[in-house]
Amino acid sequence: MPTFSRRSFLIASATASATACSRIPNTLPPEYPEQTRNDAPLFLDASERRFIDAACARIIPKDELGPGALEAGVPDFIDRQLAGPFGQAGTWYMQGPWSKGSEEQGYQLKFTPAQLYRHAIHNIDDYCNTQFKKTFASLSPDEQDRVLTGLEKGEIELPDVPSKTFFKMLLQNVTEGFFADPMYGGNRDFIGWKLIGFPGPRYNYVAEIEQYGKPYPLPPVSLKLGRAKA
Amino acid sequence: MATKLKSVDAVLVGFGWTAAIIGQELTEAGLQVVALERGPFRDTVPDFSPTQIQDELRYAVRKATFEEPDRETLTFRNDASQTALPMRQLGSFLPGVGVGGAGVHWNGQNWRFMPTDFKMRSHCEQRYGKKFLPDDMTIQDWPLTYDDLEPYYDKWEYLCGISGKAGNLNGTIQDGGNPFEGARKREFPLPPLKRCASTAKFDEAAKSLGLHPFPCPAGNASLPYTNPLGVKMGQCTYCGYCEWFGCANYSKASPQTTILPVLLRKDNFSYKTNATVTRINLDSTGKKATGVTYVDAQGREFEQPADLVVLCAYSLHNVHLLLTSKIGKPYDPVSGEGVVGKNYAYQMSAYVDVFFDEIVNPFMGAGALGQVVDDFNGDNFDHGPHGFIGGGYICMWQTGGRPILQHYLPTGTPKWGGGFKKALKENYLRASSMQIHGGVMSFRQNHLDLDPTYRDIFGNPLLRLTFDFQKNDLDMEKFVTERAVEIAKAVKGNRGYNVRPREGHYGIVEYQTTHNTGGAIIGDSPSNSVINKYCQSWDVPNLFVMGASAYPQNPGYNPTGTVGALTYWAADAIRSRYLKNPGALA
Repeated sequence: MPTFSRRSFLIASATASATACSRIPNTLPPEYPEQTRNDAPLFLDASERRFIDAACARIIPKDELGPGALEAGVPDFIDRQLAGPFGQAGTWYMQGPWSKGSEEQGYQLKFTPAQLYRHAIHNIDDYCNTQFKKTFASLSPDEQDRVLTGLEKGEIELPDVPSKTFFKMLLQNVTEGFFADPMYGGNRDFIGWKLIGFPGPRYNYVAEIEQYGKPYPLPPVSLKLGRAKA
Repeated sequence: MATKLKSVDAVLVGFGWTAAIIGQELTEAGLQVVALERGPFRDTVPDFSPTQIQDELRYAVRKATFEEPDRETLTFRNDASQTALPMRQLGSFLPGVGVGGAGVHWNGQNWRFMPTDFKMRSHCEQRYGKKFLPDDMTIQDWPLTYDDLEPYYDKWEYLCGISGKAGNLNGTIQDGGNPFEGARKREFPLPPLKRCASTAKFDEAAKSLGLHPFPCPAGNASLPYTNPLGVKMGQCTYCGYCEWFGCANYSKASPQTTILPVLLRKDNFSYKTNATVTRINLDSTGKKATGVTYVDAQGREFEQPADLVVLCAYSLHNVHLLLTSKIGKPYDPVSGEGVVGKNYAYQMSAYVDVFFDEIVNPFMGAGALGQVVDDFNGDNFDHGPHGFIGGGYICMWQTGGRPILQHYLPTGTPKWGGGFKKALKENYLRASSMQIHGGVMSFRQNHLDLDPTYRDIFGNPLLRLTFDFQKNDLDMEKFVTERAVEIAKAVKGNRGYNVRPREGHYGIVEYQTTHNTGGAIIGDSPSNSVINKYCQSWDVPNLFVMGASAYPQNPGYNPTGTVGALTYWAADAIRSRYLKNPGALA
């Protein structure tokens, strides 16, 4: 059975930690470093990368509101994700038998996300070569938008993978890369967070939460890469 | 061959909320107790530290702290005409893994069920007539009442430092609380959380419609707190990372922040991690458990003998273990006979997003920071004209503004391109979402059994879930969602709203709630239930089953508060009666 002194030691240490934790937000982390582009490909080959670059530039475009997914490094993010546990379906149940199933039963393809991307990109470039005599990346922005819309609606049928399933995954991954902590390679220079006004993991809003309608004053911060320039 | 270990007084399967409570109570009674947890050890430091845990991609999107389907999952179909297929990745619900269980990643939305929720069938039959309930609805009364559980709700809430405002103190209705709640003996241990802009606007709108808004009882500490075990909690910082995250600040009630600092120091308590229990072992009579078999991280098999076995796994896993261990008669939805797997239920979850003129800073939030109306929950309104039973609460939540999953856009916004980008910029800081959190009744066809085809990493058949939303519940959810739209329209300074209804078939893809209930239900007879009113197996009296698998149906509330109370209730029966005279408790 526990002794009184053991119990009080434990409680004292829990209190000390809680106090220490709540002080952290008062100390500003170092400024966010100048980032260089990550050019080391982990999964995508050069032609696949050109497709992803082009698709990112249309899904969240650079425009009068500022830089888009390409400028935010989302293709780097996607490359890293496909090379890692997500892309390799590290925690998915991948045993057969395999059956198409209903929409309600969810993803039932044999492909890992990385395999799905690879098949889909090659199928889409084949489609573009047939239709336009060009790869997807070489099309005009309007043509690219028409192809993406065709994939989104399932109107373009791909031979190896369901186009809607791929497009949905791509869209989800672009959104992730635009809004995940910059330490993952996307959301570079906090482009995604600055667009919407999210300050990142700032941790403590006790003083601000009851100040209704008042903008939060501090710039975004990353878990590992410091804070944005104000 | 399994290595046989030294016998203990009690073995706990799993090490989440219910195991922490049972472990604490049984060790206080002097028992030697061991808990077997399939996942890893985790604690506030270093696992939930503020430089680690506030990572939406890792924890919320890639689901780092949950069950991994490649090891254990289930198969699913909407009805018996389909072939059930594996849930290959997590979606609709997120069973926890690791010490603390789902108690690490819950939001802290902490409810008591209402008195009528415990006698749902008899109450509804009395008020509306027997013919009001559909023939295939299999709801049943609990074998215990709200009044039986009240002292245990109280004990749970004081353990957790729940922040809230009483609405009914000893029968007297209190301003600012929930006037529909059952009578409570004393106030909440902590006052409500601070109110943010969106919840303040909801409060004003609901009052203008004559409704009765109140703050959601929160397992997020509004002030520093010391619980009856002497464990201290810190004040919530509204960091916006509760749901799907561990708490960095000792503010969210979890086994780690309320019980483990005391329990883990006891000489008569121990636990093993990465230890997956695969069988409850029985003696030759089949009426006595001799212990459990588990597999460790290396795949080695061990037998842990024990005088008392307490199932403290997630609701679905409790049912799975009963089925694979062949304890109790499996439920047959065709004949209606058998009990194990019967009355699986879930939760209805629809949303009405509200878009405001001014910014509401959604990233400042807490898991249970919400303003609620209960006017359309349970039997708080006359169901006679509507043709359904049950209900749900409507809550304006501000749980956080994590931007990958928590950005709300008006209906018709393009899903990509310049229009998508523009809408993100215009709406992120100016939107919040109301949840219509409704109950799910039990039906003859919705059930759990073992899959004939697919197997888990240990070679055991996967659990098979057969479930679909039924007309009663879809009608209920539609009705309550329409009431939420009325509130949205009454919000001052709103630019519009967006309804995300819950309709059609249940799908396992989109996250809804981790509120899976039933399958090992509590009842007054072995013919209608798996466990008696003290959560004791009818078939094997030295086996107790904790958790929401006990619920005969799922009322319109999050389940954890009642899980906590029911566990304390059962622990009290074990300590005060069972241990003195082991055997079936009458």
